[in-house]
Amino acid sequence: MSAFDVNENVSPINFKEVLQPSPFQSRIDEYGIVQEWMSWNGYKTARVFDTLASEYFAIRSTCGVMDLTPMEKYRISGPDALTYLNRLVTRDITLLKPNRVTYVIWCNDEGKVLDDGTVFHLQNGDYRLCSQHHQLDWLLLSSLGFDVTIEKETHDVAALAVQGPTSCAALMEAGLVDIDRLKPFDIGYMTLNGMELMISRTGFTGDLGYEVWTHPDRALDLWDLIFSVKEQGLFDIRPTGLGALDMVRIEAGFIMPGDDFNTAETAVRADRVRSPYELGLGWLVDLEKPYFTGKQALIAENTEPAKQRLVRLVVEGNKPPMDAFLYDQKGGSRIGTIKSCVWSPILKTNVALADIEFQKGSAPIEIWAEIYYQKELEWRATWARCNISKKPFWAHPRSSITPPQKF
Amino acid sequence: MTNYDAIIVGAGHNGLTNAAFLAKAGLDVLVLEKNSYVGGATASLELHSDWKYSNCSYVCSLFRPEIYQALDLGRHGLEVVPLQGSVTFKQNGDYLGSYHQPSVRRREIARHSKRDADAAIRFDADLMKWCRLIRGFLLRTPPDPASFKVRDAMEFAYLLKRFYSLSESQIYEFIRFFTMSIAEYLEQYFESDVILAHFSGGSIIGTGLGVYSPGTAYVLLHHAMGDVDGNVGSWGFARGGMGSVSAAIASSFQAHGGVIRTDAEVKKIVVKGRRAVGVMLANGEQINAKAVVSNLDAKRTFLSLMDSADLPADLVTRAKNFKIRGSSGKVNIALDGMPDFPAIPKGSPLTLGHMHFTDTLERLERAYDDWKDDRWSHDPYVDMVIPTQYDPTMAPPGKHMMSVFVQYCPVEVEGGWTNGKRDAFGAAVINQIGDYSPNFKDLILHAEIRTPRELEAEVGLTEGNIFQGELTLDQLMFNRPFPGYAQYRGPVKNMYMCSSSNHPGGGVMGAPGANSAREILLDLGRADTTPEDFSDD
Repeated sequence: MSAFDVNENVSPINFKEVLQPSPFQSRIDEYGIVQEWMSWNGYKTARVFDTLASEYFAIRSTCGVMDLTPMEKYRISGPDALTYLNRLVTRDITLLKPNRVTYVIWCNDEGKVLDDGTVFHLQNGDYRLCSQHHQLDWLLLSSLGFDVTIEKETHDVAALAVQGPTSCAALMEAGLVDIDRLKPFDIGYMTLNGMELMISRTGFTGDLGYEVWTHPDRALDLWDLIFSVKEQGLFDIRPTGLGALDMVRIEAGFIMPGDDFNTAETAVRADRVRSPYELGLGWLVDLEKPYFTGKQALIAENTEPAKQRLVRLVVEGNKPPMDAFLYDQKGGSRIGTIKSCVWSPILKTNVALADIEFQKGSAPIEIWAEIYYQKELEWRATWARCNISKKPFWAHPRSSITPPQKF
Repeated sequence: MTNYDAIIVGAGHNGLTNAAFLAKAGLDVLVLEKNSYVGGATASLELHSDWKYSNCSYVCSLFRPEIYQALDLGRHGLEVVPLQGSVTFKQNGDYLGSYHQPSVRRREIARHSKRDADAAIRFDADLMKWCRLIRGFLLRTPPDPASFKVRDAMEFAYLLKRFYSLSESQIYEFIRFFTMSIAEYLEQYFESDVILAHFSGGSIIGTGLGVYSPGTAYVLLHHAMGDVDGNVGSWGFARGGMGSVSAAIASSFQAHGGVIRTDAEVKKIVVKGRRAVGVMLANGEQINAKAVVSNLDAKRTFLSLMDSADLPADLVTRAKNFKIRGSSGKVNIALDGMPDFPAIPKGSPLTLGHMHFTDTLERLERAYDDWKDDRWSHDPYVDMVIPTQYDPTMAPPGKHMMSVFVQYCPVEVEGGWTNGKRDAFGAAVINQIGDYSPNFKDLILHAEIRTPRELEAEVGLTEGNIFQGELTLDQLMFNRPFPGYAQYRGPVKNMYMCSSSNHPGGGVMGAPGANSAREILLDLGRADTTPEDFSDD
């Protein structure tokens, strides 16, 4: 065969399709009237469908729907699935019962965080790991010596996050009866109109919410089923973009690997990586469980006073502290930077996640942000006092009550 | 007779860079060039009417932007346009494309291996760690680790400080990296044959080593540490060919009052009383200068330009032993149209950059085996570009210029090189390309074929080695070209070196020329006109 005989077995990628479509794409394109697209793990994703405010308030006052296809998903099965996962992540996975979900992080050998995600215990010995970033390389590197199968199923599962105070009522209206029995982090199954559905009471909004999972072939049916509730005039249901998600996840105090800290695999500068303790995620580390990757380094670090921390800050005033430097007093020494921030429409205050230097294991007594802001093309500077918030900025009892309220 | 402040022997890009900074400091500077054109291996000649080639070097990335800025090369006509894709063709009709859209590039790697698509993230970050470290040393004079001078001690402390900015595990990895073969290094990341082959090409270009030879991992870094407008690892085309790089530097030099004489071959550096006092031309003319700078490689400089009676014996021995093995050839082709590559999708950007036809590490190693046996590779590794897809200045509209770099081609073949053997070498390259492009051979209007023999005879590179000395650890940093001579000063007073035989080595970088100028200006008590590193902090 001459090399220029075209190989019929080659199915080239479409290089003109720079961002990959999701199984929900036709609906996303239809609803995304402002056409504000961005890449989420290479998928064509809406930052905003219509207006940011309407999408934020859909999540906080009615019901928002978001495509979860781009979230990385890995199926982990085989005889050693549990021991493998328990060695991978810092939390004790042996405590995770079937049909339950838990939030996890995993580290490299130096105890620096590679990514965060959730482990779904689907049934005995069968797990799904969802992550923010691409992890197949690390998962396979870590699997040496384990009798375990790891398969990337990001594109093989279609999922929608349905989040907000009316999410339970709306989904039940759509025919997903019984979901009111699900406690937070529970998983349930049902077949509806021939659709095999998995429903988990999980989310990234800090509000009442569910994630509904199905086969990509039925993706549009699932979308239409949920939006039929809106068409009947029962509840407002809106697709929500990554812009609104970023607002609510900061309010809920959830960190975003890659935005709030450099993941260990991608960091070039040696001081840019962060341990779970430095991210305020020490509660996810179980030093008593058998050896897991990074344990030795974390045991050593745990005895040292913290040098730096990712903290939640409430910033006084109304000026957005975007990318601001932080100081120990007005005009004092620089002690950190803002990583993520948002004006919280529900709290009417600026809230932020910030990387701060600690002295002898303690937070600075005072934290001041130097804020640059613009009024009609003219830049101004101001100082704002910042206060560390020990708890998430926003938490509502409705997010954890079972059965959930109607709204 | 004019008495110059400085004479630079050889108008290659480093010689011109060196001269420009000296002239900028107000010195009277003369550049002498044996050929009728400037640029040395950074030249664009019109060998076929209306076609300009990049006769030797062919893409630009390593050239220091600090020098570009300091010599105002943009206003002197230089423009470097980034490449927009690359491809390795497979023998089975498939290919690996490297697209410049990150999400598309990732999907293309995943088409060959899902795991490798994720491993590429780790690979890119790791390579960037080493790039960041090494880029900080390019515009600095290497410290002499055996010296107790304050400046050496301070520079060595700087080097150690940079080194210890790495984490503990990075330090171990970095030391391993410098001594590993590229095959072993890449196999820590990737599983797909074509991905391994695609990424390893840069580690053998110009070097007399194979993909399984220790030390080749560093050569990859040498080709990855450059940038186009801050995009580290990117390569660009100089508009008008690589000759426009040297033309712009020459123009900047002349604007500062410098003088260039072509067709003026220097026979000897004249030494009197352990001082260099000037040069003797091939025609017997002697020109004096306060400083004489050689832009020839270390072997030529010390074994032919200088008299061994003027040199310490150990230096002559070191020059004889300097590793400068020719291993590359070049085929430049004028084309009557754009060749078809049926394997890749029509209209794809993959032809806009580097094209390769070697899809396994084994084929790369076999190509090296031929070289060790004093044969050109019958199945060579080529790095092929067609810059006229963007560049309107190098060929008539609709016509194209193709530049094909070829690895490996030996300095000596059995029975010695003849023109017939040179053409047979060219035919091996043309046949390989013809295997992937059915109309390619019919489009050829003219071809310039250069083996190490031609590169040595025409350009003046010893053995045709494109780096003016192998880029192995024993010949890098304070060991380049020889221990004790890495600070651009020769063994006799007033004599200096500025070629790629000196730190930081080969490639169209300009750094040896600038670094050498800094030392000369220091010795002459003149203000330093050379730029400081932009510093990627």
